[in-house]
Amino acid sequence: MTTRTMQFRIYRYDPDKDDKPYLQDISVEVDATDRKLLDAMVKLKAKDDTIAFRRSCREGVCGSDALNINGRNGLACLTDLKDLPEPVVLRPLPGLPIIRDLIVDMTQFFKQYHSIKPYLINNDPPPETERLQTPEEREELNGVYECILCACCSTACPSFWWNPDKYVGPAGLLQAYRFIADTRDQATSERLDNLEDPYRLFRCHSIMNCVDACPKGLNPMRAIGKIKDAMVRRAV
Amino acid sequence: MVNKIVVGAHYGLKDWLGQRITAAFMAAYTVIFAVLLAGQPDLNYETWRAFMSGGFMRFLTFLFILSLTFHAWVGVRDIWMDYVKPTGLRLALHVLTLLALVGYTGWAVSILWRL
Repeated sequence: MTTRTMQFRIYRYDPDKDDKPYLQDISVEVDATDRKLLDAMVKLKAKDDTIAFRRSCREGVCGSDALNINGRNGLACLTDLKDLPEPVVLRPLPGLPIIRDLIVDMTQFFKQYHSIKPYLINNDPPPETERLQTPEEREELNGVYECILCACCSTACPSFWWNPDKYVGPAGLLQAYRFIADTRDQATSERLDNLEDPYRLFRCHSIMNCVDACPKGLNPMRAIGKIKDAMVRRAV
Repeated sequence: MVNKIVVGAHYGLKDWLGQRITAAFMAAYTVIFAVLLAGQPDLNYETWRAFMSGGFMRFLTFLFILSLTFHAWVGVRDIWMDYVKPTGLRLALHVLTLLALVGYTGWAVSILWRL
């Protein structure tokens, strides 16, 4: 089997040992079965086991291996190795505190996610069967519910970099719309109240970095636009 | 209240919608202005003055000045909100921005009615 050597440049920082972060040059042999970036990173880890990164499902479902790959946010397990110019520069997701190497502290990101109450609010007694929707009502949730909370979008958003404590961010707002759009949810007005603030929703200036970054091909900006539409419809 | 993040000022929608509407008005004004100006037989100070001091243009230009004031207020305030963190400093910058914009508006309106 043919193998080739790939060059990597990896962001390294261990707060217990290093005064400041640095970039480490390292190479690894990959063969034809190594198709995704994560395959090469697993080999890198075997070569130098001090490199720290998160990974779990290795198939784009868990969202744990989100990285900044050659300057763009993405999932290592969904990024094709053959398309990557070398050296492949791997950095942690921008804008979040770094725990070690490629591992970031996602506390702020999840705090914003929880702030939009990401669960169905319906005070009616549960029916005998499911709470039903028409196919059209269900269709509205497509392209919204698939978010895996990898944080690629929110950490690509300058508004989230400047105000991560106040701006919900594209991932949280996509989820907010998922429940605003859900016909089974009864808290639409409270949800809109929760976002009608110059910071929480309206820091979005529609620059579309989130759309560019989303490894699942979702469009948080469109969802943000629909939340604004709902607010306008409520107000006028 | 030391480190608690406080959000929920309910003026986000009004400002965002206002900024969109004023932008649309200014875009329309620019087209109307360009078309009417191009239709002037010959462009010198006198025709320009007559053009700008007519009731229709004065009405539109007055609205344009007000639109620009509101639009610039939201835009500049957004910049302060993004980049200036200390509340006192931000409030001071908001006030200075407002004072400057109100001053410019009065000045522009007085010029418009002097033509």
